[in-house]
Amino acid sequence: MDLTLRVWRQEGPDRPGAFEEYPAPGISSDASFVEMLDIVNDRLTLEGREPIAFEHDCREGICGSCGVMINGRAHGPQKGTATCQLHMRKFADGEVITVEPWRAAGFPILKDLVVDRTAFDRIIEAGGYIMVDTGSAPDANLIPVPQEAAEAVMDAAACIGCGACVAACPNSAAQLFTAAKVAHLNLLPQGQPERFTRVESMVETMESFFGSCSNHGECEQACPKSISLDFIALLNRDYIRAKWRNPRLAARH
Amino acid sequence: MQLDAKTPEGSLGEKWDNHRFSIPLVAPPNRRKFQVIVVGTGLAGAAAAATLGELGYNVKTFTYHDSNRRAHSIAAQGGINASKNYRNDGDSDYRLFYDTIKGGDYRSREANVYRLAQVSGEIIDQATAQGVPFGREYGGLLANRSFGGVQVSRTFYARGQTGQQLLLGAYQALARQIEAGTVTPFNRCEMLDLVVADGRAVGIVVRDLLTGEIGTHSAHAVVLATGGYSNVYFLSTNAKASNATAIWRAYRRGALFANPCFTQIHPTCIPQADEFQSKLTLMSESLRNDGRIWVPVQFDETRPAGQIPEDERDYYLERRYPAFGNLVPRDVASRAAKKEVDAGKGMGPMRNGVYLDFADAIGRLGRDTIEARYGNLFEMYERITGEDPYEVPMRIYPAPHYTMGGLWVDYDLMTTIPGLYTIGEANFSDHGANRLGASALMQGLADGYFILPNTIAAYLSEHLGTDPMPTDHPAFAAVVSEVEDRVQRLLSANGSRTVDWFHRELGKIVWEHCGMARSAVGLEKALVEIPVLEEEFFADVKIVGEGDSLNQTLEKAGRVADYFQLAELMCRDAVQREESCGGHFRVEYTTAEGEAKRNDDEFAFVAAWQFEGDGAEPCLVEEPLEFENVELKTRSYK
Repeated sequence: MDLTLRVWRQEGPDRPGAFEEYPAPGISSDASFVEMLDIVNDRLTLEGREPIAFEHDCREGICGSCGVMINGRAHGPQKGTATCQLHMRKFADGEVITVEPWRAAGFPILKDLVVDRTAFDRIIEAGGYIMVDTGSAPDANLIPVPQEAAEAVMDAAACIGCGACVAACPNSAAQLFTAAKVAHLNLLPQGQPERFTRVESMVETMESFFGSCSNHGECEQACPKSISLDFIALLNRDYIRAKWRNPRLAARH
Repeated sequence: MQLDAKTPEGSLGEKWDNHRFSIPLVAPPNRRKFQVIVVGTGLAGAAAAATLGELGYNVKTFTYHDSNRRAHSIAAQGGINASKNYRNDGDSDYRLFYDTIKGGDYRSREANVYRLAQVSGEIIDQATAQGVPFGREYGGLLANRSFGGVQVSRTFYARGQTGQQLLLGAYQALARQIEAGTVTPFNRCEMLDLVVADGRAVGIVVRDLLTGEIGTHSAHAVVLATGGYSNVYFLSTNAKASNATAIWRAYRRGALFANPCFTQIHPTCIPQADEFQSKLTLMSESLRNDGRIWVPVQFDETRPAGQIPEDERDYYLERRYPAFGNLVPRDVASRAAKKEVDAGKGMGPMRNGVYLDFADAIGRLGRDTIEARYGNLFEMYERITGEDPYEVPMRIYPAPHYTMGGLWVDYDLMTTIPGLYTIGEANFSDHGANRLGASALMQGLADGYFILPNTIAAYLSEHLGTDPMPTDHPAFAAVVSEVEDRVQRLLSANGSRTVDWFHRELGKIVWEHCGMARSAVGLEKALVEIPVLEEEFFADVKIVGEGDSLNQTLEKAGRVADYFQLAELMCRDAVQREESCGGHFRVEYTTAEGEAKRNDDEFAFVAAWQFEGDGAEPCLVEEPLEFENVELKTRSYK
């Protein structure tokens, strides 16, 4: 395939950026999107031009490192697919492909297509865990979890923390990411003791970095793990309940 | 040099208890006086850092990733073993121990492996309490599946994303400690060297990947949890950034490197599709529970799989190993696939795969059941190959996946450099010459949650009342200057070939001569070719950009630079080991049936290599393996 790339180049966080155009001839349709970028980068290097910085690691769609806007869509045209799992057979010969970094105030650009997603770690640090010191756990089968509940939890826990939900959102909101983590823990019996403190703390940390959710639903469309918008409803319900709960009655729910 | 594994006294079942009782402790109020560095935040590193933080130590973590959630542990699919015996099918600590020793072809230490089995159940308890969503039965209790090399169901799983869920559990525990202030994370920060002074590990030298700044950190102890080195082969199932630099630099500073030639070639990966491919993708071994592996009977078969009648198919694993069938251990399955493909029975466009067929299972259990079990793996396969495995059999072929070799450690997981510990895949400890499926997650978490946080107290307690060595000590300055020189050397080469070109060439040599089948002739050839390529690399590599900002090519070049000498050491180790065992298959040492032939009289030892300086041959130190409990047998899966 012969392609043309329009790629956002930016030297550093506070530097101006601009699109540059690179011809990408002779790309196999079996190449993945990041392998196509490898080939372009090798060619740039041999011409003495600095290669395009982009994040990637596992190339199996699970580590969440990769992610760029491809023709204006987070992770590109294929539903439920991370950038590294997208293959060039999904593009047409001769196509001009526009490649940009995630665009969100909560994800400042570091260089070219690389952004800073540490705000996600801050949200997890605010309460995205169950407090259980190593060694203090009871036997695993003392905590039965209904099979269907375990499946729902797994649907939420599948989040890879790539940030596509934020990038796709017109408000740059991080509700889907936060909701997925809150649902993972709040739907489990193990997560009940901290259920309400968790949701309050995580939502409020999230709001210090990201915009507000107005139910556009773009996040679900862009999510490489197809995480459902329903989890945001669950997040909101727990958040409202957290606001009128009496913590001394927390064992009664 | 004499190696002391410090194996505790007592019967197998008593050793760990005896040891925990005998080692000195650090009392709770004294723990905050100690600084510990943990490099790598995958399963082992995150678990260790979180647990050390909970205990009250001051911990600094280092990772080259942007977040502690991205390490390649996340990609482990199939599951984690534990001797819970929830299935009532005859499992026990002893059986898990025995299966692991046997699966490793009797090249690991009894005491270490038994301890691994002993703590395996606690890992499941811990992970469940953290909220790891393991698969459940309808009664709400935990489900299990089978894995290769065993005859019980002891593998716990979270769909095909077990590694992801376990890593997120450890990452979340670590996040909690970061919030609590016991752990300070240094992300996008890569360890480039180890500082040794007064005969012990005193700190590390790192590069900030965003600013290029070379920095120093000191501590009472350093823990390396930096994973394996399969990327030496270029094409492997590892993540692109997974590398050996931390353990390699430690080796060059005096830590012995054990069994470097013990590498695992995983039998079920998607075959290479073309020349520019950047990595290989694993399809979980759990697929072998329901998939049947076959090749056509006829050579150079051209019909599509669906048109090959049943009596013209060779289910070669079921034929050759009736007792274990498709669930033989990884090394056996890999070699069997190679044999078929080498014989000209490979399928697919490059004729480099064997079939993994789900038609029978779909017929027996229905498509829905298969989808529930493996849906995400099937989707991944379809995305990569463009073929639908519900309709046509998958094509699979072995690929480098895991390295059993690593830094030599004693029972405390301490290397030969006092104060330097190595945990998880980065050490050599528990898997011998072949690792069983679903045991990597178990070992990483056993080391991180339950072993290291206990054993490190023995060393730390000796240093109560001392401060970490100040980073303005000349020992730090000397290492910093070496690191800066190395970075400069790479940047100034300004040659004509890319880093990936050299890495690919190196990978071809190592795969050809130190891959699934090895011979003295081939290995000697590799030992000539590798140094030539290394020299060319330093003279002719081209890196554009500077060292004082984010430069991904420079990062990659630094990692590849360290692979050349590691590849040499692997070949040297493989030449020395004149036997076939586990993943190490020497064509000269086979049985009449073509199976691996061990030589217990001469090679029942750990081969630990000591660095003797550039240009000098490393020195081999043997740690004899003593088997007091198991009888060394020829592994049979028939």
